Amino acid sequence: MATQTQIPVADQRAPVIEPGHNFSTIGEKVSNIVLRRPISLGWVLGFLIMFSGMNMLLFALGYLFLKGTGIWGITIPIGWGFAIINFVWWIGIGHAGTLISAILCLLRQTWRNSINRFAEAMTLFAVACAGVFPLVHTGRPWLAYWMFPYPNTMNYWPQFRSPLIWDVFAVSTYFTISLVFWFVGLIPDFATMRDRAEHPLTRGVYGILAMGWRGSARHWHRYETAYLLLAGLATPLVLSVHTVVSFDFSISIVPGWHTTIFPPYFVAGAIYSGFAMVLCLAIPIRAIYGLEDFITMRHLENSGKVMLATGLIVAYGYGIEAFMGWYSGNKFDSFLLWNRLHGPYAFWYMSLLASNIVIPQLLWIKKFRTSTFWLWVISLVVLVGMWLERFIIIVVSLQRDFLNSSWGMYYPTKWDWMTYLGTIGMFLTAMWLFVRILPMVSISELRTLLPEAHVKETEEVAQ
Amino acid sequence: MNDASVYGLMAEFDSPQQLLDAANEAHKAGYKKMDAYSPFPIEGLADAIGFHKDMVPFVTLVGGIIGGLSGYLLQYYVHVISYPLNIGGRPFHSWPSFIIVTFEMTILFAGLSAVFGMLALNGLPMPYHPVFNVPEFTKASESKFFLVVFASDPNYDDADTRAFLKGLTPRAISEVPA
Repeated sequence: MATQTQIPVADQRAPVIEPGHNFSTIGEKVSNIVLRRPISLGWVLGFLIMFSGMNMLLFALGYLFLKGTGIWGITIPIGWGFAIINFVWWIGIGHAGTLISAILCLLRQTWRNSINRFAEAMTLFAVACAGVFPLVHTGRPWLAYWMFPYPNTMNYWPQFRSPLIWDVFAVSTYFTISLVFWFVGLIPDFATMRDRAEHPLTRGVYGILAMGWRGSARHWHRYETAYLLLAGLATPLVLSVHTVVSFDFSISIVPGWHTTIFPPYFVAGAIYSGFAMVLCLAIPIRAIYGLEDFITMRHLENSGKVMLATGLIVAYGYGIEAFMGWYSGNKFDSFLLWNRLHGPYAFWYMSLLASNIVIPQLLWIKKFRTSTFWLWVISLVVLVGMWLERFIIIVVSLQRDFLNSSWGMYYPTKWDWMTYLGTIGMFLTAMWLFVRILPMVSISELRTLLPEAHVKETEEVAQ
Repeated sequence: MNDASVYGLMAEFDSPQQLLDAANEAHKAGYKKMDAYSPFPIEGLADAIGFHKDMVPFVTLVGGIIGGLSGYLLQYYVHVISYPLNIGGRPFHSWPSFIIVTFEMTILFAGLSAVFGMLALNGLPMPYHPVFNVPEFTKASESKFFLVVFASDPNYDDADTRAFLKGLTPRAISEVPA
């Protein structure tokens, strides 16, 4: 009887794919967005706006290279300003893609199959945006290759005991592995695109990218092994990246940074903001490109639940920070807590608590979780909140540390804002191009979800 | 009986189940050199055509070991042999600081080995392959399922194999020119 009552409960959930699809309609629907759909005026206008944002970034960076980091608001004691805030923010956003593709793959969450491609692309673009900041923050970015170990005439080596060098390895490994993971997932879809393309040039380009993929059973077998291994390797990797980023802070002795809660708290925050960005982009894209059949309410609701769970971990992190400020008995730590609550940035700390802890509690209510409008609003609020979190961690800790003779304030300049907004332009320019050039939903993985795709091993049954 | 201008015989099926059954039948009938093509991975199909040796995990393991060792040894060389630097009296061989780069290098090398190993073992990129000569084969990335018995199989015989494939009730049978 128990199973009989359970079935209707399971049926109440939205399906992963809407009924009525077969192997060819999936390929048609997804590839037609790229191959058949004409370019709309809205796309062109949006692209122009985003592209001018990206050019603003290039302009800001050009002036930076000419003048140096003095054009930014950074000064002693706040030597880490927007550059590091934005680096941590972007890299955090970049966590959702690999989490969805790797961890949810290992956990056999089939709902990941229609959002992983898109989230992985988002990851790559976000990590690319993140990479800009530490590079230009070095002041002399043309010497950035000094961070890599190579034999040189200066008889010089990087300092491997420094968390900043760990960062170089963690972020570059993460970008590389995310890129190959994404590309491997695309190979069978490139073959579908090649076979569906009409124009010889398009067919040629996708053909080169597909590398002669023909769907052989031997190839599929090795492919699936490699994909699973990559998922297994990327799972600890995704958790390690933000852990290493948090070491940049926690290895130091600055109050508010020197704490052991940082690695898990940073990782949870990263996934939190990453899922917020997934929702923020997926909701408009599925509406514009008619992908409601594949990115269903189930996906959106599950992403909302992940946000709620990671948001609570983040809230726990804030709680522990406040508790340790009091419990440690360290006057610098307790002053930091006082300074967050009553100092010059108290308004922003309160906004942070509101947007990261209070407002997302609406996700407990199913009505908000299943409304695209509210999910979109909450995801925007979380993105702002997570940016504020990094602002508070970096600026408020540095602003008033051990000696009051060295206290100061941080005022970002227009160049800081132009660089930050410029990376958003760069990110969205890349997303804009992505949706028109590549299949944004994994065609071959979606096909495996159809009931027709399941086979019975007749051989073994007969024996 | 084998004609050098023929690569094999291709049977087209409508569903993954039919393809899997056909592959099992062909294997039972003694065909060893064949391949099955599908738009998505089908469980048990590789077994059915007699493919058991998947070297990808081994390649990945070797890559991971090389990456981890080279990461650790590089740091040891830099901080103990080539450029020892005393920082706060810590030992030159301060291994806890070396763990992160070692870990990242392990993942990087293992991941790249998995991907490039998979491509190399699959013989990709391969811009030309005889199966693409069959016009219907464009559906192999779409909605159709194909079984090809290669002419190089010792049991291959143009007429007999064709008759055997016909017995599997495919949608169509076509000859794959070499």
